[in-house]
Amino acid sequence: MRLIQKIGDWFEERLQLAPAIRETMEHPVPRRTASWAYVFGSAALTVFILQIVTGILLALLYVPSAGEAWNSLQVLNHQVALGWFIRALHGWGSNFMLAIVVIHMIQVFLFGAYKFPRELTWVVGILLLLFTLGMAFTGQVLRFDQDAYWGLGIGASISSRVPVLGPFIVNLLLGGPIIASATLSRFFALHVFVIPGLLIAFVGLHLLLVLKLGINEWPMPGRIVRRATYLKEYHELTHKDGIPFVPGAVSKDLFFSGSILLAIAACALLLGPFGPSGQPDPTIIQTVPKPDYFFLWLYAVLSLLPPSMETPALLIGPVIALGVLFALPFFSGEGEKSWKRRPIAVLTILLAAVSLGTFTHLSGYAPWSPVMDAWSGEPIPAQYLKGRTALERQGALVFQVKQCHNCHALGGAGGDRGPELDRIAVELTPDQLVRQVIQGGGNMPAYGKNLSPAETTALVAFLETLRPAGSAPARDASRAAESAKQP
Amino acid sequence: MSQSDDVSRRGMLGKLGLLFNGAVGLILAVPIVRYLLSPVIHERSAAAEAWLSLGSLAQFPEGQTRLATYRHPQVNPSDGETANIPCWVRRVDGEKFQVFAINCAHLGCPVRWFPQSGLFMCPCHGGVYYSDGARASGPPERGLFEYKYRVEQGNLLIETGEMPTPGATAASLINISSKKTPCA
Repeated sequence: MRLIQKIGDWFEERLQLAPAIRETMEHPVPRRTASWAYVFGSAALTVFILQIVTGILLALLYVPSAGEAWNSLQVLNHQVALGWFIRALHGWGSNFMLAIVVIHMIQVFLFGAYKFPRELTWVVGILLLLFTLGMAFTGQVLRFDQDAYWGLGIGASISSRVPVLGPFIVNLLLGGPIIASATLSRFFALHVFVIPGLLIAFVGLHLLLVLKLGINEWPMPGRIVRRATYLKEYHELTHKDGIPFVPGAVSKDLFFSGSILLAIAACALLLGPFGPSGQPDPTIIQTVPKPDYFFLWLYAVLSLLPPSMETPALLIGPVIALGVLFALPFFSGEGEKSWKRRPIAVLTILLAAVSLGTFTHLSGYAPWSPVMDAWSGEPIPAQYLKGRTALERQGALVFQVKQCHNCHALGGAGGDRGPELDRIAVELTPDQLVRQVIQGGGNMPAYGKNLSPAETTALVAFLETLRPAGSAPARDASRAAESAKQP
Repeated sequence: MSQSDDVSRRGMLGKLGLLFNGAVGLILAVPIVRYLLSPVIHERSAAAEAWLSLGSLAQFPEGQTRLATYRHPQVNPSDGETANIPCWVRRVDGEKFQVFAINCAHLGCPVRWFPQSGLFMCPCHGGVYYSDGARASGPPERGLFEYKYRVEQGNLLIETGEMPTPGATAASLINISSKKTPCA
């Protein structure tokens, strides 16, 4: 023990860091901040450190080359001892980091922590959120598989819509005319050097600000933030009723961070690494590319926006959203901090959560996409064929062969792109069915050129049988009146 | 020499030093920026926009649409399979063709051809096109991108270029006389 003490003293004599470290560790924080609500920032930092360590471990074997990356991931997954586990840690770590960063942001927002004097802490935090999202996207690209390849195509297509500069941005993004080795190399540089460097620098700044300005006190309804008096009030709060950060407040941080690391390890162990899916070979077109879960909501939005709204929404939406986030502490820098007195803040969070949740849920079964193999993989339910005439069954065959099933569900199977057809005969008359099939409309392509008259007749005969037992088929009211007039 | 003179002289030297470093920084910045922008302002090499053969006409039966692939001419040794680009070739009749990019005009996903219903369908966001590439339904704002083609000595040739993206193609369509082609 004495030897360690001696070595420590030798270093301290030269570094002279002990007083500064002690002061930092023991700086007083408000008593109530020793709470489970205040553990997310430190947990995000812990997971970030895990990402750096596992990232370096992966870089020992990963080959950032378009021709080799996918193979090197296979080597990591299958040939290197526990390579799969390191990949899984890094992949699950990324999911956890993003989730914790977002929870941290929600907590900070609801507790009014962005208000005076912590405006800059919030602004830096928004930048950290953007960098984290940047890491998530570039990381998804480094898992260089089919999803990554076509995800890059989607990224390029979105960027190309920027007025005037679009094509240049695409070239800069891809590093050449097509998605190839230059593309992967530059995303590697972003993911491994540029964004982590920014993250480290800005995390440092973020922490420095937390230390300089003190951790946000537990908001009490009625305790109003005023620029003139806040600093004095906070000083009194921490120095009269405060506790030292270490050991007073840090224990919950430690337990939470440790639990998160354990949870990541458990997910990695039980659920394994993410992908890679198929090879990044663009000539394999039998693929249904999907983004990772944190961008699924965007995938849904891109499918559901009307075409004319898409470019403005893609280009202006993020600018407005970021503008609001950055400006928030400047137009609401004073006033109530407690969420109990800030109903709009709570509603905003709920609205954002419900929207993102709904879009993410929708993208799970992607009702806007045709089910590409329903026509060959999903048979028509037997009850729709029993006791039908030859013509009607021929129509059922047309229904399958012409890929109608890819967009229309029958008996709960098939695509959701168009309406399900189990009761179509109740809703449309035969004439309307013919018109809809031949001319299309709404979101349906016109089939006029691709169906012979005989096929159309058979198809409509089949569609006319699609109604629940006991319900009457749709009638053309004008024709009914006409026939009633005749004696 | 008085004290104040000394200070101002040092101050002057300090400012000159900053200026010197700024100038050196600028000199270094020029090649760095040029390097970074090389994908944008590369001299359009003959290789990038070359006429490439997709094979003999016999491979493309009249009235049918077939998948063809080619190796992008501007290829790096490390590109691997990513330089193999697919496209859809529709032989209307005789020497009349339509060669479509694989990329959906919405966000670039690979469209698939369904000969039975005569439609191209996109697996991503539900874009659908007719056999002539015209938009049928879904989010795309236009039809499929087309390559320029010509027939030479019994072979089908297409002009290659960049991966087509909605914005980039719109720009090149305005300037229709430019030699730049929209397709990869």
